[in-house]
Amino acid sequence: MTNGSAYVSMKDITKIFGTVTANDRMSLDVLNGEIHALLGENGAGKGTLMNMLSGIYIPDSGHIFIDGKEVQLSSPREAINAGVGMIHQHFKLVDVLTALENILLGYKTGILLRKREREAEIRKIMDRFQLDVDLNKYVYDMSVGEKQTLEILKTLYRGAKVLILDEPTAVLTPQETVRLFKIMRRMKEQDCAVIFISHKMNEVMEIADRVTVLRKGRTIDTLNKQETDPQELTELMVGRPVDLSINRTARVFDNKVLFVKGLRALNEEGVEVLKGLTFDLGAGEILGVAGIAGSGQKELCEALAGLYRIKEGEITFKGENLVGKNPQEFINRKISMSFIPEDRLGMGLVASMDMVDNILLKQYHYSQGLFVKRKPAASKAKEIIKKLDVQTPGVNHPIKNLSGGNIQKVLLGRELDSHPELLITAYPVRGLDINTCHKIYDILNEEKQKGVAILYIAEDLDSLIGLCDRIMVISNGEITGIVDARLAEKKQLGAMMLGKKEEEYAV
Amino acid sequence: MQFRIVKKPEISQKQYIMILLTAIVLALITSGLFILILGLNPFYVYSAMIKGAFGSTYRLEQTVVKAIPLIIVSLGIAIAFKMKFWNIGAEGQIVVGALFASYIALNYGEAPRALLLVAMLGAGFLGGSLWGLIPAFFKARWGTNEVIVTLMMNYIALKWVTYLQYGPWKDSASMGFPKIANFTQNAILPKLLGVHIGWVIALILTAFVFIFMNYSKKGFEIAVLGESSNTARYAGINISRTILFSMLLSGGIAGLAGMIQASAVSNTLSVEISGGVGYTAIITAWLAALKPPWIIVVSVLFAAMVQGSSFVQTAFGISAASALVIQALILFFVLGSDFFTKYKIAFSSELLAHGKETKK
Amino acid sequence: MNTVLVIAFLKAAVIAGTPLLFATLGEIMTERAGNLNLGVEGMMLMGAVMGFQVGYSTSNPLLALIAAALAGGAGALIFAFLTVSLRSNQVVSGLALTIFGTGFAGFVGQGLVGLKLSEKFSAGFLKIKLPLLGDIPALGEIFFNHDILVYIGYLTAIILGLYLYNTRNGLNLRAVGENPAAADAASVRVTRYKYLHILLGGALCGIGGAYLSLVYVPVWQENITAGRGWIAVALVIFSSWNPYKAVFGAFLFGGLDIIGFRLQGTGIVISQYIFAMIPYLVTIIILVVVSFKKDRKNAPPKSLGEPYFREER
Repeated sequence: MTNGSAYVSMKDITKIFGTVTANDRMSLDVLNGEIHALLGENGAGKGTLMNMLSGIYIPDSGHIFIDGKEVQLSSPREAINAGVGMIHQHFKLVDVLTALENILLGYKTGILLRKREREAEIRKIMDRFQLDVDLNKYVYDMSVGEKQTLEILKTLYRGAKVLILDEPTAVLTPQETVRLFKIMRRMKEQDCAVIFISHKMNEVMEIADRVTVLRKGRTIDTLNKQETDPQELTELMVGRPVDLSINRTARVFDNKVLFVKGLRALNEEGVEVLKGLTFDLGAGEILGVAGIAGSGQKELCEALAGLYRIKEGEITFKGENLVGKNPQEFINRKISMSFIPEDRLGMGLVASMDMVDNILLKQYHYSQGLFVKRKPAASKAKEIIKKLDVQTPGVNHPIKNLSGGNIQKVLLGRELDSHPELLITAYPVRGLDINTCHKIYDILNEEKQKGVAILYIAEDLDSLIGLCDRIMVISNGEITGIVDARLAEKKQLGAMMLGKKEEEYAV
Repeated sequence: MQFRIVKKPEISQKQYIMILLTAIVLALITSGLFILILGLNPFYVYSAMIKGAFGSTYRLEQTVVKAIPLIIVSLGIAIAFKMKFWNIGAEGQIVVGALFASYIALNYGEAPRALLLVAMLGAGFLGGSLWGLIPAFFKARWGTNEVIVTLMMNYIALKWVTYLQYGPWKDSASMGFPKIANFTQNAILPKLLGVHIGWVIALILTAFVFIFMNYSKKGFEIAVLGESSNTARYAGINISRTILFSMLLSGGIAGLAGMIQASAVSNTLSVEISGGVGYTAIITAWLAALKPPWIIVVSVLFAAMVQGSSFVQTAFGISAASALVIQALILFFVLGSDFFTKYKIAFSSELLAHGKETKK
Repeated sequence: MNTVLVIAFLKAAVIAGTPLLFATLGEIMTERAGNLNLGVEGMMLMGAVMGFQVGYSTSNPLLALIAAALAGGAGALIFAFLTVSLRSNQVVSGLALTIFGTGFAGFVGQGLVGLKLSEKFSAGFLKIKLPLLGDIPALGEIFFNHDILVYIGYLTAIILGLYLYNTRNGLNLRAVGENPAAADAASVRVTRYKYLHILLGGALCGIGGAYLSLVYVPVWQENITAGRGWIAVALVIFSSWNPYKAVFGAFLFGGLDIIGFRLQGTGIVISQYIFAMIPYLVTIIILVVVSFKKDRKNAPPKSLGEPYFREER
């Protein structure tokens, strides 16, 4: 496995963004016919390093060798010509084009498209790697799994011998992950070098041959999988011993506060996105929501928060009907609800404004008169900085310049400040490092102890199973089951995410 | 040589002003070259422009008279632009404001002066805001592209006044010449310190808009909506109402400028009443970064440029259009300079040197 | 109204619509690359004045058109540099270009007022009846008995349509406008595509302007475009970024543009100034109607108005 020299070799790569050193003299060797995992927390520099290998960023200094030759990869075009292709976490596909058109994009084939001839070539690759893609389907009609397969096909069609997969399983169900791993093994058999970026320990242990651990912009070590274990890898990744278990606190309340019955909603194009959801939520309970991305989580949150038009159904919160009310009426009626949206800077906060004005956003409604009062907001901002340990140069610093974790703390701090009785959180730990994740879990548990009803939407099944009291699985706008988190199994949740009803699975 | 673009850390106020000044100097050098091509000495032309704008009390007054509508309209535009509502329709809002005010002036010309003028101001505001509310309504209701609608409204306003000027409102005393009758003395704004009282109105409005944008709840809502409509919705801001309100204000303020121009400058209504102020004010508002105090500074400079170039026109025979060219050049350079406040360019030779350094 | 008059009206609508057609096609190309250039009016004016200047001094139609295209392209180059390379706000950059173009045209055109183009020059734009097509009853007269620029207009629309939907480069262009990051990742040279299509778009706007000053009017007058550039921007939305639909839109608006004058002789007593409002009113109505329903097929290019920067972080 380790014979011969490396197919890809990155040496002393440094990359600086503004004042942040994303990569500090990093090195990496990858062989062909191996699956090489790149393990590190958010901000460790995995993405930056790989973006340089795929020609998106240009290193400030350092050298890249492919197949023994030094290369300058100053664009994705040069990278693909050198045989390097990257599958990004956010797929680089054009929605309004078909699969075939996306594959042909940017490909040199004379003036005309000649779709027929190209299709034959593409089918050959599909056979060789056992990929299944409907070439005439529009990307906007595809599921996440299909899009990913298309990305892989696109990259292979361009002759990639080195494939970089950036956190490919983050958006997949367990079943889709199994399929992806099959494809990855097939690529390995075909002598490709596969680089697998991840921070999920179990997946790394399952699929990788070797693992390189990165931390805070530096390469820590490269290990053979057989010679290591998850505990060691985690400690290398975080830099100190950590407790990975998530704490589930006991429930102390048992009254129900939120009832949702037969909730239906249509999107802008008239397609039904919520198909009659019925569930309830108790005080001091954390109800997890699991599902494939785009199964209706966003719409459910927004419907509850009064931001999405509801076609029919009931939402009753502490005896009050919420259907047909907008956030303004929530405020006027003093409905005690907080919503941490998925899109923190695009919905929860104003990126270009400072902390004071962002806190003001939730306060100014309540003050008297025509003018805003910034003083109380400023003192609130200082409180939040202290309480949640927000790293910021000051309360008047635009929040877009803060790191993801600190932005989330500002948002969470502001929302918890109003002492809500219902807290809706959409992907609250997405993109945050392990420490901040656990800090957020602790905060949620604290709120739970106070009797807050919490709806917790997440993509990571481990955190759902570890943190929640119950888990509700939705698939394609429908609830496929609500299970007790203490008894939940990943495999079962995965099947339910794909649309299998809880009862069917039991049979 | 290869180069690439790198993000800069936050820059200081001082650096920001340096970059801005550099841009303006470069713009003046470029326009200087342009003047040179015409076979004239740019230094003579520029100094003549300065002389033409500030050289005597009369010229200074003329510059102020030209700055007044620019300041007022820029203030109105700034409110809409802050919300990222691209109101290109100030020109039409000025015209309709003037039209409404003229209706009062022409029909109730003998009313007591103070009452008449206040009524005209009210009518001007009403006309401008009405013209601003129409595109705002379409935008709020159906998301209709406001750039084109506000612009089309300009042409409709102008054709309307043309129609009145050539038709129903034609002055029967003008012996067939298509013009609207002059206002009575009562309908003309008084002077203060040699210039009509519009400058006082402009200063009051500047203070008002400054306070409104920075300290009022509505101003805050407009700023939030301008950054992200999703956040605005999330925060319980009524988007439609905010759009309508800000355009009511934006158009109304432009309408006030229309009233002032009709009353104090031309003493009547005509198609030339706005004379492109609605467009120039877009530049001044943008150059002033939508900040009211800066709007005064930029507007006075632009008015000086217009006043100066009309002087230069007679002195050197350069078309008055040259002022437009120079204004646009300044805008180009300042627009471009914004880039250098956020990014810097790194050249590859520098990178290689850096690479060697780290290797050691 | 009798048929002869109707045919004459429709024919005149085609002529009046031709400058709009060029400008609309130019703006479609620009917007397909993801850039909203509101400087159409300015580029048309630049093309109109330079076309007239060169046409007057050389009496060579081809040179005049080349000058017009270059002038429009030069305006577009300023815009492209600002918005693509320097990532300035596209709306304001476009407005600045319109102001610049207006000033530039006023400036250059100062000496051109009252001048007449030579007979020799105008001979280049005589009507040519196309064989076969020109003999079709009614349609032949309306569409195929025109000067050469009208035919070039048709051809440009068809070529642009084929280019967008049937060629590799057209596919790449659509991808650049929809999702430049995806196009970039697929090794399409995004910056080059943007520059090229903004420049070509500007050149078409320049030709559209020149049609006014060289053929339609054909003398130089201040502000010869009279808002047609803005109508072209609206027509792009009306035609949902489709070159074929743009032909229809342009001729429709050509008709609206002249309807006031045409109806004057027919005994209808409405002021011509009221009729002059019609194209602008109809533009607003169409924009409002278009905004009623939103579907994927007629949506604008998704990245329209957004700068693209690969190393953003």
